[in-house]
Amino acid sequence: MASADHYEDVVKSRGDEKFAEFEPSKKGLWGHFHDALHSTPALVPLIVLVAALIVFGIVLGGRFFSPFALTLILQQVQIVGVLAAAQALIILTAGIDLSVGALAVLCSVIMGQLTFRYGVPAVAAVPLGLACGTAIGAVNGWLVSRIKLPPFIVTLGMWQIVLAVNYLYSHNETIRAQEIEAQAPFLQLMGMKFNVGGAVFTLGVVAMLAVVLVLTYVLKSTAWGRHVYAVGDDPEAAQLAGVNRHRTLMSVYMLVGFICGIAGWVMIGRFGSVSPSATTGVIGNIQSITAVVIGGISLFGGRGSILGAFFGALIVGVFELGLRMSGADPQWTYLLIGVLIITAVTVDQWIRKVTQ
Amino acid sequence: MTRPVLEARGLVKRYGRVTALDHCDFDLMPGEILAVIGDNGAGKSTLIKALSGAVQPNGGEILLDGKPVQFASPNDARAHGIETVYQTLAMSPALSIADNMFMGREIRQSGVMGRVFRRLDRRAMEEFSRAKLAELGLMTIQNIHQTVETLSGGQRQGVAVARAAAFGSRVVILDEPTAALGVKESRRVLDLIQEVRSRGIPIILISHNMPHVFEVADRVHVHRLGKRLCVINPKEHSMADAVSYMTGASVPDNVAEPA
Repeated sequence: MASADHYEDVVKSRGDEKFAEFEPSKKGLWGHFHDALHSTPALVPLIVLVAALIVFGIVLGGRFFSPFALTLILQQVQIVGVLAAAQALIILTAGIDLSVGALAVLCSVIMGQLTFRYGVPAVAAVPLGLACGTAIGAVNGWLVSRIKLPPFIVTLGMWQIVLAVNYLYSHNETIRAQEIEAQAPFLQLMGMKFNVGGAVFTLGVVAMLAVVLVLTYVLKSTAWGRHVYAVGDDPEAAQLAGVNRHRTLMSVYMLVGFICGIAGWVMIGRFGSVSPSATTGVIGNIQSITAVVIGGISLFGGRGSILGAFFGALIVGVFELGLRMSGADPQWTYLLIGVLIITAVTVDQWIRKVTQ
Repeated sequence: MTRPVLEARGLVKRYGRVTALDHCDFDLMPGEILAVIGDNGAGKSTLIKALSGAVQPNGGEILLDGKPVQFASPNDARAHGIETVYQTLAMSPALSIADNMFMGREIRQSGVMGRVFRRLDRRAMEEFSRAKLAELGLMTIQNIHQTVETLSGGQRQGVAVARAAAFGSRVVILDEPTAALGVKESRRVLDLIQEVRSRGIPIILISHNMPHVFEVADRVHVHRLGKRLCVINPKEHSMADAVSYMTGASVPDNVAEPA
């Protein structure tokens, strides 16, 4: 070295000094609890869910804790549960999808209209409906990823477009349950019930569980899942690290469109009929976002799990049924869900703190 | 004379009417640490981006081991064994160390689980990450599942360097690796750089920190006005010389100042 300033030599001569050690700092029970929550974000909604079940169980007794009542909750949340899984995927990429509910309704309408207006066999109409959902998801994804529009704007527009198309295309006509039952029972497949010791399940519930479990596996154990988190966390970093950001986003939005199609099929099973004015089209987005937020998924992307969103949907279902069974005014449900949303985000902020 | 590992001949890159690289040459010899210094706007980051595939030059050629190569993306350069540690580190804070090390090049399990279900081989990736961190003396990392956000700046840099060293078989490029670090952490990263070099991998080091450059570099590439002004030996020149060359205050003996 030509220059004479050796002002960093002090550090050099003390080179054996400890650096970058990863010794876990001492923490009490509370610290460990915090750690567990930090590494498993789905734990918070699970605790809330169990607590809610216990409270309602104590207040309502065996009436609530019967297999019938508990599986009724599953049946009531099946549509929102599927939509919440889709919404969770989008929110993991730091996006938001306002069009999920409308898309589900449109897919159900397409399945119904294809069968009843054009005489397409129901077995083919369902995959075509799913394909339409995927295609609209692809449009959303392309606008977000290539044109770089904010997901909120894209899906706000798409929500209105899809709802309008849905009414225009169906002439606002409902296909009645009896007709479907007589001519195309396959459309109602998701409504098929089976009984396991007093517990009543429908195929729609099974579909919801399947969607949740498959997504959980894929997000946790495949490269694609890691890429979804990485893109949601920091898209620039993911890109530089070798992740194809565009392909990841496109696949997420297309998959979400497909899952919305499944939600549409589940809707036909649940209601029996195909109705373009189903409320899911208008409030499905907010319901799914509510479930996702209560489920502890960060709206800033990259954090949370599908299971959390599923628990979030179940929490809402438990509150709705529990309060109804105890004879409370339904407004209490909304009030409590509102409190829950704010609490969930507060808890999330606390968990996100790495050190206390 | 040995042949350069990575060289560039007459690279040109224009952004609209601005010429960032003006027929720039570049040579990286085997096993050396080559520092690239230059004033802000001299075009050194464009040069580095061209070499790492993040930017495609308008003219000139890049040769790797004497053979012309073209990088359409950072992944192309990576496939040729050129790894870059970006100033931003390019890591996902919410993911674990192992996840980050293997981002974009994950290992799948063998057999049906890997081929059909695309299941990742977590264990292999974790063992590899642990081994690589240990090689660079970062064995103090106890929990490979730790998320990157729980690491300090120096530790993150350490993981990023380990990632580059693990996969960079030909060249490792480090962009301002000590800019965001404290004195002690910088020291550790400089040790890491020498550790990587001692394993025979040549390194391109971009830095504004003259003491760091003069300490570790074998040769210093001075970049000025979009091209290589000169390459100096840090043992024969002072830091003051280097700074005056790169700012244009003085001209090295064997070079005629253009413009």
